[in-house]
Amino acid sequence: MDISRRLFIRNGVATVTLGLAAPDFLTAIAGAQGMASRRLVVIYLGGGNDSLNTLVSYQDPSYYSRRPSIAVPAGQVLQVGTDAAGHALGLHPRMGGLQNIFNEGRLALVQRAGYQNSSRSHFEATDIYGTANPQTSSGSGWLGRYLDTLPRPLDALTAWNTSGETPRALLSGTTGVPAIPNATTYTYASPNRGPAATQERAAAQAMASNLAAGRPHLSFVNSTSRGAIETLDRVAQATSYAPSVAYPNNGFGLALRTVAGAIVLGVGSRVFWVQTGGYDTHSQQGAAGGAYGNLMGTLSDGVAAFYTDTRNQGVANDTTVIVYSEFGRRISENGSGGTDHGAAGLMMVLGGMVRGGLYGTAATLAPGHPSLENNSGDIRFETDFRSVYARVLDQWLGVNSVPILGGDFRAGAPAFF
Amino acid sequence: MPRLNPEIDHLFRRAGFGVSAAEATSFGDMSPAAAVDHLVNYEGRPDDVDARIGRPDHAQVKSRDLFAPDIDIEDARQRWLFRMIHSRRPLQEKMAMFWHNHFATAYSKLIADSGPVQAAKMFAHKPGVLRGPQGQLELFRAYALGNYRDLLLEISQDPAMVIWLDGKTNTRAKPQENFGREIMELFTVGVGHYTESDVYAAARVFTGWNLRKSTGYTREDMNAYQEFVYNADQHDINAKTFSFPIYGNGTQTIPARSESAGMQDGIDLITALALHPETARRLARKFWNFFVSEIHAPDPAFVESTANVYLQSGTEIRPVVRHILASPWFNDPAMRFARYSWPAEYVARSIKEVGWQGFSLDQARTPLANMGMLLFEPPNVGGWPMAANWFSTGTMLARSNFAATLVTSQKESLAVALETNGGSAQLLLTTMLDRVTPAPLDSAPQQALMSYLLAGGAWSGSAEQLSTRAAGLARLLVSSAEYQLV
Repeated sequence: MDISRRLFIRNGVATVTLGLAAPDFLTAIAGAQGMASRRLVVIYLGGGNDSLNTLVSYQDPSYYSRRPSIAVPAGQVLQVGTDAAGHALGLHPRMGGLQNIFNEGRLALVQRAGYQNSSRSHFEATDIYGTANPQTSSGSGWLGRYLDTLPRPLDALTAWNTSGETPRALLSGTTGVPAIPNATTYTYASPNRGPAATQERAAAQAMASNLAAGRPHLSFVNSTSRGAIETLDRVAQATSYAPSVAYPNNGFGLALRTVAGAIVLGVGSRVFWVQTGGYDTHSQQGAAGGAYGNLMGTLSDGVAAFYTDTRNQGVANDTTVIVYSEFGRRISENGSGGTDHGAAGLMMVLGGMVRGGLYGTAATLAPGHPSLENNSGDIRFETDFRSVYARVLDQWLGVNSVPILGGDFRAGAPAFF
Repeated sequence: MPRLNPEIDHLFRRAGFGVSAAEATSFGDMSPAAAVDHLVNYEGRPDDVDARIGRPDHAQVKSRDLFAPDIDIEDARQRWLFRMIHSRRPLQEKMAMFWHNHFATAYSKLIADSGPVQAAKMFAHKPGVLRGPQGQLELFRAYALGNYRDLLLEISQDPAMVIWLDGKTNTRAKPQENFGREIMELFTVGVGHYTESDVYAAARVFTGWNLRKSTGYTREDMNAYQEFVYNADQHDINAKTFSFPIYGNGTQTIPARSESAGMQDGIDLITALALHPETARRLARKFWNFFVSEIHAPDPAFVESTANVYLQSGTEIRPVVRHILASPWFNDPAMRFARYSWPAEYVARSIKEVGWQGFSLDQARTPLANMGMLLFEPPNVGGWPMAANWFSTGTMLARSNFAATLVTSQKESLAVALETNGGSAQLLLTTMLDRVTPAPLDSAPQQALMSYLLAGGAWSGSAEQLSTRAAGLARLLVSSAEYQLV
């Protein structure tokens, strides 16, 4: 579709959907645009999320005895029901936005996701979630390998990384992913004006197009430069986005707003990477409030704004979000009012087509219980994290997960699609 | 002004931050061996760089109010950049940057603990300026080529590090694993050479390693401070057993000690870790990537020889770095431009080469953050993601736009410096390549540059044409992929 037609439709739909129900024919046009590709938004919580305080097993007495100063009081959790093993569960009190999505049946909570012999190192564990291979923390990532399966030539904005660094999950043999930490500064400056500036940009593009035979490292840097210059104009387009809701004014909220803009304005990206940090809560993490409460508020408020916005704009059914961290944290709090590195954790999947609910079972936190490991210090995994990836790849992105994940992990996958 | 010979250029890019026009004149006739001596034996020259801040013929600094680099993080960042550009001891600043990444500690966590004044002071306090211990950066400068075991002991008691890795809450009743893990995973032996139970034992070793506040401490008082203290009554006095030898006789157990003698536990573990052969190899591999190449995997013979120098010298770093800079690996022409510059290296080198007349280092702060390297704010304790990871479309655009900012500020001075070389577009290009030094350009990018110079019409050499095209040319060179390699 050419740009002018897309802009026409975008303006037409956006004008109407602000506040009013869109006429059916316009919604249909908007929907038809989205049919071309479904979008996946990956949210990575950097540092190792303390999942036990995200989704609280609030009737487990050991939860309270092992976390005397950081347990969320049972009376304050946001109840989401009981899992298959009979554990009553509630979301952290700052996650009202996510509870609403859960109540609409569009948030899947996958408990105890992980893998055997979980790494307690941030770097290794992050890389393992990236490679989707617990045996290796180097090489390409699962999303990068997905991108490698797409037909060539690949549009430079097929994937969009909102953080400044390229995470291992997006690393690929043949596909470079633009990193656009701030879309508003994603422009090309010049010491000159007018034709000299235009000619300078053209020269930069020509230089970056040099193949640099025999110098692959130089080719690589050239590819990032070329990718930047070639995507400038379309990224600028996304910054003009007028969302239907107010996003929280923090880096995470603004990143999600940009993602929504790129989706609604039809930039064409299929995979978005968003990350937010601060989850390495070794000390003073708080219980219902405090530092961890702020993390939960940031997460829930941002995701809820995004979900509502995409729904208002008619693209929620084309958008799936998955949320994960590199590991969970230790069950017992440490002497600093925090928690050290642990094992299995919570993964979340949400979107207009997601079958929401509680998947898997919570651990029983009494020492000696088989749902624990490491001398009952940590949570033992129940759902292989790769089975969540497999379900997303097979059922959402419509590709064969087996070659991408290097094995068949469909068995036991939570059925959120 | 002719370039230096390629060996010397290579040496100053790797063991320094490149060479300014003035330095190129004074280093012109130096032999490679003399240049290594010059860089490594820097104590012969005064550490006078800070005294030159504010001089009009140097890069400028700009502060919201009074320039206070000991207690204001933005000013501290500018002072460090100033040192990288203007120090007579470039290897000292280069190694300080290496250690800052190796012992990566972030300002943001320190603010949460102690507020902005104390947090900045814990990084940047120059000894003697105010009361209290020196900042972490000054420690790295003091030990730039010092003894690694001693540096490890110092950093374990460094207030910024103690807060960063939660040492303040490491108590007998509740050992805190953060520092105990990272000292093995990141500072010494590396993953695969310690066990989870070593982590728990190390946490107990460092119980009681804490901080105390100065009398009348307030966060806002620039003369207030926190300093290291060993809290004997918080120390776990039981024996601690490791999976590797702690003592020269092969003993793997640190004996039970009285509370008052218990600080020796940590000293014993630090000494053992510093002397561990895997630490020697891990440092050798990091030095390979830092000094020799990120394109070529570390040569095992390099790793072994460098590790041997380290161990035989009693963990001294100066002989290690001298060994590397004089080694055949470092001096192999294939290793030139085989590293990806760190953003701070890129910024310092481009300023040295393009010029700094009237340029305020304050203008580099936001670009550096966008390039992914805010000084004193590494993303986590593992340091910055290295090598190709510095590069993405976003960070490359940030580099490119910094080049535009820098060159815009130097437009006039470039035109003046080049006015006698504006006779033809080719002469302008050749002259510029003597000043701004990317990795060798293939013919296609050279052609693109020539086309750019002539895109506004035939070359007349008018002042207007020279000023416009020299600026555009400098920007294109500094933002080229070739220039990102060092």
